[in-house]
Amino acid sequence: MANSFSSLVYWVPLLPLIGFLINGLCRNYLSKSLTGIIGSGVILISFILSVLIFNETRAESDALIVKLFDFINTNDLKIPFAFQVDRLSALFLLIITGVGFLIHLYSTAYMHEESDVHFARYFAYLNLFVFNMLLLVLGANYLIMFIGWEGVGLCSYLLIGYWFKNVDYGAAARKAFVMNRIGDLGFLLGLFFLLQQFGTLNYVSIMPAATGASVAVLTTITLLLFVGATGKSAQIPLYTWLPDAMAGPTPVSALIHAATMVTAGIYMIARSNILYTLSPVTQTVVTVIGLATALLAATIALKQNDIKKVLAYSTVSQLGYMFVGLGVGAYTGAVFHVMTHAFFKALLFLGAGSVIHAMHHEQDIRKMGGLAKKLPHTHWTFLVGCIAIAGIPPFSGFFSKDEILIGAYNVSPILYWIGLLGALMTAFYMFRLYATTFRGSFRGTHEQEHHLHESPLSMVLPLIVLALLAIVSGFIGIPELFAKDAHWLQKYLAPVFAQSNELAHAHHITHETEYILLGVSITLILVVVVYAWKRFASKPDLSEPSGFGKLLSNKWYVDELYAAIISKPLEQLSSFTLKFVEKKSIDGAVNGTGKLVQWSARQIRFWQSGQVGNYILWMVVGLVAVIVLMTTIFS
Amino acid sequence: MIALLLILIPLAGGLAGFAVKSASLGRTLGLLVSLATLALMLGLLGGFFPATQKSFFIDWLPQLGADFSLKMDGVAASLCLLTAFCFPVIIGSVKHTQYANANAFYSLLLLAYAGINLVFLAADGLLFYFGWELALIPVYFLCSKWGGEKRLQVTFKFFLYTFLGSLLMLAGLVYLYYHTADYSFSLDALYQAKLTPNQETVLFWLFFVAFAIKMPVFPFHTWQPDTYEQSATPVTMVLSALMVKMGLFGVVRWLLPLFPHASVQFADVVILLSVIGMIYASMLAMKQDDIKRLIAYSSIAHIGLMSAALFIHNASGIQGAMIQFFSHGVNVLGMWLVVEWIEQQTGTRKISELGGLAQKAPILTILLIIVALANIALPLTNAFVGELMMFNGLFKYNLIYAAVGGLSIILSAVYTLRMIQHVFYGEVKVATANVADVMGGLKWGLLLIIPVILVFGIYPTPMLNLVKDSVAFLLSLGK
Amino acid sequence: MPIHYYIVLALALFSIGVTGVLTRRNAIIIFMCVELMLNAVNLLLVAFSKMHAAKLAAFDMAGNVGAEAQIFVFFIMVVAAAEVSVGLAIIVMMYRNIHSVDVNFLNRLKH
Repeated sequence: MANSFSSLVYWVPLLPLIGFLINGLCRNYLSKSLTGIIGSGVILISFILSVLIFNETRAESDALIVKLFDFINTNDLKIPFAFQVDRLSALFLLIITGVGFLIHLYSTAYMHEESDVHFARYFAYLNLFVFNMLLLVLGANYLIMFIGWEGVGLCSYLLIGYWFKNVDYGAAARKAFVMNRIGDLGFLLGLFFLLQQFGTLNYVSIMPAATGASVAVLTTITLLLFVGATGKSAQIPLYTWLPDAMAGPTPVSALIHAATMVTAGIYMIARSNILYTLSPVTQTVVTVIGLATALLAATIALKQNDIKKVLAYSTVSQLGYMFVGLGVGAYTGAVFHVMTHAFFKALLFLGAGSVIHAMHHEQDIRKMGGLAKKLPHTHWTFLVGCIAIAGIPPFSGFFSKDEILIGAYNVSPILYWIGLLGALMTAFYMFRLYATTFRGSFRGTHEQEHHLHESPLSMVLPLIVLALLAIVSGFIGIPELFAKDAHWLQKYLAPVFAQSNELAHAHHITHETEYILLGVSITLILVVVVYAWKRFASKPDLSEPSGFGKLLSNKWYVDELYAAIISKPLEQLSSFTLKFVEKKSIDGAVNGTGKLVQWSARQIRFWQSGQVGNYILWMVVGLVAVIVLMTTIFS
Repeated sequence: MIALLLILIPLAGGLAGFAVKSASLGRTLGLLVSLATLALMLGLLGGFFPATQKSFFIDWLPQLGADFSLKMDGVAASLCLLTAFCFPVIIGSVKHTQYANANAFYSLLLLAYAGINLVFLAADGLLFYFGWELALIPVYFLCSKWGGEKRLQVTFKFFLYTFLGSLLMLAGLVYLYYHTADYSFSLDALYQAKLTPNQETVLFWLFFVAFAIKMPVFPFHTWQPDTYEQSATPVTMVLSALMVKMGLFGVVRWLLPLFPHASVQFADVVILLSVIGMIYASMLAMKQDDIKRLIAYSSIAHIGLMSAALFIHNASGIQGAMIQFFSHGVNVLGMWLVVEWIEQQTGTRKISELGGLAQKAPILTILLIIVALANIALPLTNAFVGELMMFNGLFKYNLIYAAVGGLSIILSAVYTLRMIQHVFYGEVKVATANVADVMGGLKWGLLLIIPVILVFGIYPTPMLNLVKDSVAFLLSLGK
Repeated sequence: MPIHYYIVLALALFSIGVTGVLTRRNAIIIFMCVELMLNAVNLLLVAFSKMHAAKLAAFDMAGNVGAEAQIFVFFIMVVAAAEVSVGLAIIVMMYRNIHSVDVNFLNRLKH
C-alpha cells in the first residue's frame, strides 16, 4: 500500500482537536506539565504522521482524496467533508506541524508564569488553531478551506485577546477578527461565483475545468478570493490588524502571525494557481498590491521601536513578496518563501520572545542594547534569522527571495528594482533592530540588567532547530544558475503547478543577466547591512522621530485614515439611524398611529355627555335620518 | 394521533396548571409536560411511530367547511422539534422563585406552547387562525403580568400590532374561503382557490403584513426590541426562539403556496425590505446598551436573511432558510439563557455597567462564546450551513443583494464581539464584583444547547433531509 | 270611521311621547312618555288589524283574520308591564341612592 499513511490523514488534524478537547475540558484538573505534554505531544504525533505522509507523496504525484462524510448533500449543492493529500498540502502539513510543534514546546516555558487554568486555556487555543490550520490546507474543496479559514481567524482572535483583562488587547483582537471577516465576505462571494460557474467546490473538479471558463468570470472569482487573501494575509488595504495583533503572547505571533495563518492567502492562491494564471488582470492586481504592501510595510518598519512591531511589519512586507511571486507566476518561489519565511520569521519572533522574557516584558528596543553577551544563544540564532531575512547567501532567505525577484524580472525589470528596494529596506531595519537590541551597551534599568538571563532549554532548543533550518532550508531550491536540476522543490511541486506552467510562457532571462542582478543585489544588501550594523550599534536611534520619520513611525496615519473614513462615519450613521430613523420615523409612525386614535377618541368622547336626554335626542335624530334615507332611496 | 397529542398535552397541562397551588409543583408539571412532548416528538422523528401518526383529521365545523386537521411536513417537524426542545430548556432553566403566581406563569407558557404547535401543524385555515390567536393570548398575559416597569405600555403595543396583522389575515382568509370551490377552509381547497391576479395581490399583502409583523420584517419590527426588553426572559425566549418562527412558517405553508404568482411578483419588494432590515438592524445592534435589545436587533437581522431567502425561489435559499429556523431558535435561546444569568446575578443588562465576567464566571464565558459564535454563523456551528446556503441562494437571485446582505456578516461580528468584550473581558466592575459562575438549571440548559450547535454544525445532513420534502413542494409551485 | 283618524291620533300620541322623552328630566314622566309611545303603536296595530279584517270580510273570507296583530298588542302590553316593573324598580333605587329622579344627575358613566 503506497498510500497507507496518506489515507490516515484525518488523524493529522484530529489529534490537535483531541488535544484541544482534553486541555479545554480538563483545564481545571491538569497540571502545567501535563497540559504541556498533551498540547505539544499531539502536535508531535501529527508531525510524525505528516513526515510519513510527506514521504509517500514524494513517490506519488497524484492527489489522494480522503472523504469522511457528506457535509452538505442536497440536490444542487454537494460538498463532501473530504481531505486532499497532494504535494502542496503535504508540504504545508510539514511546516504547520513542524514549526507548530517547536512553538508549542517553546510555549511551555514562555507561558510558565500563567496559572494552571490559563496555561491550559492557552494550549487549548493553540491546539485548536493547529486543527483549523490543518483543516484549511487539507480540505479537498474551497468550503472546507473556508471552514479552516474562519476557524484560524477565530483562534487568532482568541489568542490575541488571550490576556483578556487588557482592554487594548481586546480591541486589537476584535480588529483582527473584523478585518478578517471583511476579507471573508469577499472569499464567500468568490465561493458563490465558483459554485455558479463550476457547480462544485472540489479542487479536483474545478481545476481541469478552469480553462473552459470565461476570463471575465475567472477574473471576478480570483479577485474576490484575493480579497479574502488580503484580509487573512494582511495585505493592503486590510493589513492594519496584523501589527496590532502583536498584543497576543509572542509564541502566538510566531505561529499564527508569522509562520502559518498569515500564509493561508498564499496557500489559497497556490492551490488555485490555474485560476490565477488564466486571469492576467488579477495577476497584475496581486503583483501590484503585493509590491505596494512590501514597500509600505518596509518603510513603516524602518521607524518602529517595539521589537515585535518591527517583526510584524516585516512579516507584512515579506507576505507582500510572496504575493508578488504569485502575481508574476512564480508559484514555486512563493511557496518556497512561505517555507523559509516560516523558519526564519518564527525564529525571529521566538528570539524576540526570549528577549522579552529576559527583559520582563519590555518590548521597546530603545531600552535594550548589549544583550549579545547576556543571551548568547538567543543572540546567535537571532543573527541567523536576520541574515536569512536580509537575503545574504547562502542562508535560506536568499534563495527564496531571489527566486521571486527573478520571476518578477521576467515579467518586468521595474518590478525587480522596486522589489530590491524593499529588500534593501528589509536588510536595513532588520540590522537596525539587531544592532540596537544586541550590540552597544545596555540602556535599561539596573534591576532589569540584574535579572537578565538566558532562557531555559525548552525555549532555546526551538531557536537552535529553527536557526539550523533557516540556514540550510534554502538548499532545497538552488537555482539553475548554480547547479543544473538542483531545484528539488520545483520538481517536487511540479505536478501541483503543472497546468499553470504549461500556460505560462514567460521568457527566461539569460544567465549573464542573472549573474549581474545577483551581484548587484548582494553587494547592495551587504553595504546596507554593514552600514546599519555600524550605525546603530554605536549610536542607537533614541530620539523622537520628526518630519518624515514621524510620518513613518505613525504608520503613515493609515489607522487614523481608516477611522476617519470608515469607523467614524459608520458609528455616526448608526447613531443617526437609531435616533432619527428608528426612534423618530418608524417607531414614531407606529406610536403616532396609536396617538392619533387616542386623540380622536378624546375628541369624540365629549359626545358621550352622560345626559340621557342627549342620547335619546341623537337616537331620534338617527332614526329620523334612517327613515328619511330609506324613503328617499326606495322611492 | 401523535400530532394531536403534541397539542393536547401542553393544553391539558396548561389548564391543569392553574389548579396547582405551589410554584414548584407548577414548574414540575410544566417540565414533565414539556419533556413528555419532547419524548413524543423524538419518537415520531426517530421512527418509533408510523408516519400516519404525523397527521390527524376529524370534523370540526362541517357547516363552515372547517376541519380539525393536522399535518406535519418536514418544515413543521423541524419547528415542532425546536419547540419541543426549547420548552423543557426554558422551563428547566428558569429559577421559579422569582415569579409571583409561578403556577399561572408556567400554565400560560404551556398554553402558548399548545398554540404554537397548533400553528405549525394546522392544515386548515380556520384552525391555523385559531392557533395563531391561541398562542398570542397567553403571551399577552405573560408579557403584561411579569416583566419590566414599562411592560403594560409595551405589551399593549405588541398586542395591538400583532392583532392588527391577525385581523388583516383573517379578512384575507375569509375572502379566500369564499373563492374556494366548495366553501372549505382545508389547506388543499385553499391552495386551489381561483383568484384573479388583482385579488391575489391584495390577499398576498393582507397575509404578508400579518406574517411580516410576527417575524418581524423591517419596517414592522419596532414592537420587538421593546417587548423583548420588557418581558421576563423566559417569555422573551418563547417570543424570539419560537413565535417569530410562526411568521416564517406562515410564509412557507400559507403565503407562498396560496399566492404563488404574487409571491414571485413581489419577491423583489420583500427581499429588498429584508436586506435593508438586515443591515439596518445590524447597525442598530451596534448602538445598543441593553443586551436584550442588542440580541433583539441581531435577531431581526437574522430573520431578515431568512425571509429574503424564502422568497428567492431556489432550492439552496429555501432549504438554507428552513434549517436555519431550527438553528436560529436554538442559538437565540442560548443567548437569552446567558442574559438571564447575567441579569439574575448583577441586576443589570447594561453593557456599559458590566465587565470582567470572564474572571468571575469562566464557564459562562465559554458557553457564551460558543453560542455567540454560532450566532455569527462561524463554520462548524449550526448556523453556518444555513447561512451559507441562504447567501448562495441570494447570490443566485441577485449578486447585489448577496453582497449588501453580506455586510451583515461583518457587522454581526462587530456588535457581537463588542458585547463580548465589554461584558466578559476587561476589568471587573462594581456590578459584576459578586457574580457567581453559572450553575443549576441554566448551566444544564446551556450545556444541552452546545451539543446541538456543534452536531448540526458538523453534520447538518439530518436537518437537511428533514426539510427536503417541504423544499421540493415549494419549488414545484411555480411550475 | 276612516283609518286616517286613527293614524293621526297615533302619530300625535307618539310625537307627544317622543317630545316628552326628549324634553323632560323627571324619570317617571319620561317613563310615562315611553308608555305613551308604546300605546300609540298598539292603537295603530289594532286599527290596521280591524281595517284588514274588514277588507277581507268584504271578500267573504270568514275566520279569525286580523287576530295576529291583536295578539301582538297583548304581547306588547305584557312586555310593557314587565318593563314597568323593572323600570320602576330602577327608578326607586335611583331615588334611594341620589334622592332625585332627575335623569341628568345620572351621568356617571361618562367618567
